[in-house]
Amino acid sequence: MTDFAEPSLPTVEMRARLVRWRQRWWRGLFGSPGTAAITLACIVFLAAVVPPMVRWTVIDAVWFGTPDACHLASGACWAFIGEKFRFILFGFYPAPLQWKPLLVVLLLLTVIAVSAVPRCWHRRLLALWATAIPVAILLMAGAPQIGSIPTGSWAGLPLTLLLTVISLVAALPLALLLALGRQSRRGGVRWMSIIVIEVMRGVPLITVLYAATLLLPLMLPTGLTIDKLLRAQVALVVFVAAYMAEIIRAGLQGVGNGQYEAAKSLGLGYWTTLRLVVLPQALRIVIPSFVNLAIGVLQSTTLVIVIGMFDFLNTARVSANDPDWLGFFHEAFFFTGAVYFLFSFLTSRYSLWLERRLRPTGR
Amino acid sequence: MFHALKRLPSKIGLSRIVAVGVLALAVGAALPSAARAGATLDAIKARGVIKVGVGTAPGFFTPDSSGRWQGFFVDFGRALAIAVFNDPDKVQFTNSSPQQRLPALQSGEFDILLSGVTQTISRATHLGFHFGPVIFYDGQGLLVAKKLGITKGSQLDGATVCVQTGTTGELNIADFFRQNKISFKPVVIEETSQFRDAFATGRCDVLTQDSSDLAIERIQLPKPDDYVLLPERISKEPLAPAIRYGDDQWLEIVNWVVYATIQAEEYGITSANVDSFLTSDDPGIKRFLGVDPTLGEAAKLDPKFAYTIIKTLGNYGEIFDRNVGPNTKVGFERGYNRLWTQGGLLYSPPFR
Repeated sequence: MTDFAEPSLPTVEMRARLVRWRQRWWRGLFGSPGTAAITLACIVFLAAVVPPMVRWTVIDAVWFGTPDACHLASGACWAFIGEKFRFILFGFYPAPLQWKPLLVVLLLLTVIAVSAVPRCWHRRLLALWATAIPVAILLMAGAPQIGSIPTGSWAGLPLTLLLTVISLVAALPLALLLALGRQSRRGGVRWMSIIVIEVMRGVPLITVLYAATLLLPLMLPTGLTIDKLLRAQVALVVFVAAYMAEIIRAGLQGVGNGQYEAAKSLGLGYWTTLRLVVLPQALRIVIPSFVNLAIGVLQSTTLVIVIGMFDFLNTARVSANDPDWLGFFHEAFFFTGAVYFLFSFLTSRYSLWLERRLRPTGR
Repeated sequence: MFHALKRLPSKIGLSRIVAVGVLALAVGAALPSAARAGATLDAIKARGVIKVGVGTAPGFFTPDSSGRWQGFFVDFGRALAIAVFNDPDKVQFTNSSPQQRLPALQSGEFDILLSGVTQTISRATHLGFHFGPVIFYDGQGLLVAKKLGITKGSQLDGATVCVQTGTTGELNIADFFRQNKISFKPVVIEETSQFRDAFATGRCDVLTQDSSDLAIERIQLPKPDDYVLLPERISKEPLAPAIRYGDDQWLEIVNWVVYATIQAEEYGITSANVDSFLTSDDPGIKRFLGVDPTLGEAAKLDPKFAYTIIKTLGNYGEIFDRNVGPNTKVGFERGYNRLWTQGGLLYSPPFR
């Protein structure tokens, strides 16, 4: 005789949960003929794509070795990335000093991470950025021997991060002015703002970069040259500011009229109202949009390739031009693609999380 | 690699047209401010480094794993640094896109362009550039599969020819077949990667582009040895160093640095044996290597500049072979880039 043990309560609950879970998935995947067809199509597609992909990236890949070993194999040549890793990351930066760009990357990533935590949103954050960016620039320039590394040698990941971060941070004050200017009751200011915003939004970034690198030097007196990186950076800042201004405008319009009226009735002036009442609310509303803009800017900085600068994408591409390691473009683009994806994906998940967190309660 | 320079405006549409417009502006803005003679060398000496604009292409200009520029054109930049500073590293290479390089030279961002610019009359007269001696005779070539058993272009009657859109190559190939009174089927392709794939999969019998590009295309094919670059060139693409108009002193330095590498090959002087020539009785060699210092003094250069260039980088043939020659991955035959004494076009005026 055996004991007929009743299943314990937690087991029952778990089993029920499992059933519910299974039902939900079944309904989601095969609930109707339409969804079933889509599911089947996806399975066929994955079955066709995933195995060759795994074979190329992992099974047949060459992890260490010479270019000849790579040419014989049918898989990816990760040995190429290993050989070129330093160049892809830091480009022409002198190898003995590469701790400087490494430090710049770490510094920028840390400051970004700190800025991402809502609890750290404080006026001191502005001071942090205002220190971090000049420090990063001076380090890249070869601090303490400032100027010993020409900007032409700045390349790879630090260049991409610097361009992205400076474009966003420096664009913020400009965008604020443009957005306020666009709402101004003074015709001159309003029209100037509208023209800047609409011209910048009306042309492709590539045109702005060309203008900054090709037109600007010809307008300057002979002998005076402005650094190419600086010209490109300024072009990026103005371009990003135009888009950011429109985001901020949306935020300003999102602040209720009552807020303005209340501030006025308290006797606050224009700037005080902005600083204490309107901007804190407006900027809070648009933070998720800012984060999305940041993803766009990160990816747009790759366009500096057309003016001959070596950002992270270009250092990888050019690495496959080395006669010894010629033609490993797939690996180069796969690797950079993975890094860009990682940055963008993290940022986009963060943006979603933030949106949920910032969703106004009870309004 | 250099075809981008010759593309017609239709290729990328607006941005290209903008670039052309910018170039037109460049002409207007730049000509009146032609550099004072000697200004470039003064600026270089004050700065302590020569600024050279380069492109990116395997064997011609490419950074190695440590981030140091290597390549055929790069070596000529180093030779200039030796002539001016007696130091091959006092040169700063900057990559420049095809649209940007001529305005950048004009605005003083570079002292010299060693980016494989084709020397043409309109670039010299309309854009106002001086060209140094041609250092690479390129030209549109024809790449075919060996198994076709073809040895010259005129045997290609009825062939399918892959050519990239919007390049002068498209016009050149049509002219070539018309001149030879044979027919062909063009397959016009936009994307560079498709261009090679179409050829590898047999969609076309012939691939046509600048021969330096074809050499690089060839080694990226699955079985490079199954293909051969036909010896003829159906267009002239003389690639020469470009400098700003009006600085004759700098032009002379560029000229004679290039000539020194060619003359050394003609004398049979290499990086390995240059020291043994120092004791030569030949007065020409003595003058050339600076044993007799009169020539260098007249040129306001270190009298031994030719010696140091050859000792450090080698003569023209060595520079060619090391970077793009038959034993490198690029595998380029000397062709027209042989000495005039060997049936090529390289000819140095005498050093006397």
